[in-house]
Amino acid sequence: MSHLPPRVRALRCRACGTEVPVGPVHVCEQCFGPLEVAYDYAVVARTATRAAIEAGPMSMWRYHMLLPYEDPAPPVTLGEGMTPLVHAPRLGEVLGLRHLYIKNDSLNPTNSFKDRVVSVATSWARARGFQVLGCASTGNLANAVAAYAARAGLRGLVVIPDDLEPNKVAPTAVFAPELVRVHGTYDEVNRLCSELADSQPWGFCNINLRPFYSEGSKTLTFETVEQLGWRLPDEIIIPVASGSQFVKHHKAIEELVDLGLVPDGPRPRLTGAQALGCSPVARAFASGSDHIVPVREPRTIAKSLAIGNPSDGADVVRLARASGGVVVAVEEEQILEGMELLARAEGIFTETAGGVTVAVLKQLAEAGRWTGDETVVAYITGHGLKTVDSLSGRTELAEPIPPSLRAFRRAYPELVNPDASPWRASTG
Amino acid sequence: MAVTVRVPGPLRRLTAGAPEVQIEGATVAEALRNLDGRFPGFADRLYEPDGQLKQFVNVYRNDEDVRFASGLETALEDGDDLSIVPAVAGGR
Repeated sequence: MSHLPPRVRALRCRACGTEVPVGPVHVCEQCFGPLEVAYDYAVVARTATRAAIEAGPMSMWRYHMLLPYEDPAPPVTLGEGMTPLVHAPRLGEVLGLRHLYIKNDSLNPTNSFKDRVVSVATSWARARGFQVLGCASTGNLANAVAAYAARAGLRGLVVIPDDLEPNKVAPTAVFAPELVRVHGTYDEVNRLCSELADSQPWGFCNINLRPFYSEGSKTLTFETVEQLGWRLPDEIIIPVASGSQFVKHHKAIEELVDLGLVPDGPRPRLTGAQALGCSPVARAFASGSDHIVPVREPRTIAKSLAIGNPSDGADVVRLARASGGVVVAVEEEQILEGMELLARAEGIFTETAGGVTVAVLKQLAEAGRWTGDETVVAYITGHGLKTVDSLSGRTELAEPIPPSLRAFRRAYPELVNPDASPWRASTG
Repeated sequence: MAVTVRVPGPLRRLTAGAPEVQIEGATVAEALRNLDGRFPGFADRLYEPDGQLKQFVNVYRNDEDVRFASGLETALEDGDDLSIVPAVAGGR
């Protein structure tokens, strides 16, 4: 595509509109607002057609024309994206929704949606000559950064609070990044990385690479719409931590409409899901304002959502309201029940953040939000094995039995009872 | 009270590139006022017209977000660090 002019025009402040040249910067000098990639959509429109997308790779890179990576070298990829969008009839029956879908983004290379954003950030950073790829993270982002740094041949730098359990560190340590342990909370680690990014020539995915990184989130929504047959759903349920991906799903929908990839029409309602133990965005929504009061000490098992000071929170509140969506928070027990409900109804094992999403879906369904004919999509963004500890003690294991039919019959009379029909049904 | 103000990358143009500057002030508000006096432009960047800190601006006294203390009225002690840090997005 080298005959086309560049499609990335500049970086533009989402808050005040100031534009700056493309580079590893993420903050507007005028107002400190977040810088976003600004495209020349006349250029994008020349390549962003349904036919071109459908002919692309079975990964999120089929949407390369809507991503900020234009280097001739191939992107750094592990096959992220094009995760299944599955109809959820049994969960839908429980909730009274005939057209409920799960976008199962836990089936990414490192089992969370972070692979999308990190693939874009790593590709951009490598093309720009960065040698070090870093992040502050305790989980999903750390896994993804460590894996993609290895894939790209870059030095990984993962900065973590020192109180993390060893089994949380192992899935990142296996990729052998530089693992820096810091006496402090996650928010303090994040702040340290922000100051490091100002003083070292390193690329931090969620800091100075953020404008490029965050664009990767859009592909989740692009794929969902394509997988629905190029149709916008009526509502999307999105987990909210910093709010970054929520904002990008809105951008993705507007791009799809503007480029004519879907007909102009009603936009999906965008609904946010939080855990009550860290719910600054849901609280702002409920209070009727868009002023975010930070949470000093998040307390929730949904650690991947536990950002007490969500920088895109105010935009989430505004976009949820403008679209007809809501931002709702749920209790810890509801989160665990949400994980179990999704697993038992649909065979999908999600992390605690996915439990938050399902719990919010259930709470809204029970409150009568839907008639039953709406197309509703829930974004499940991380795998259950990431937070398996949260389920310890939830299922009591039976005493073991000797390996004999007699012992089985004695221990499980109800299973072999002729009246217990599910266990007696013949498969012919 | 002399405190060290740590200036984030996006605002170093105002301090001719200096990442840290020494400023006098008994409270956060006073230190930021004196900072703007010496390096004009800071107030525009940090404050809304109504005098509140902008949405994306975080200010830390040593390791504490001043919003968890007394906000702009948080008292300073000699030798404190005052960090101006843009909000960081992008999850965990």
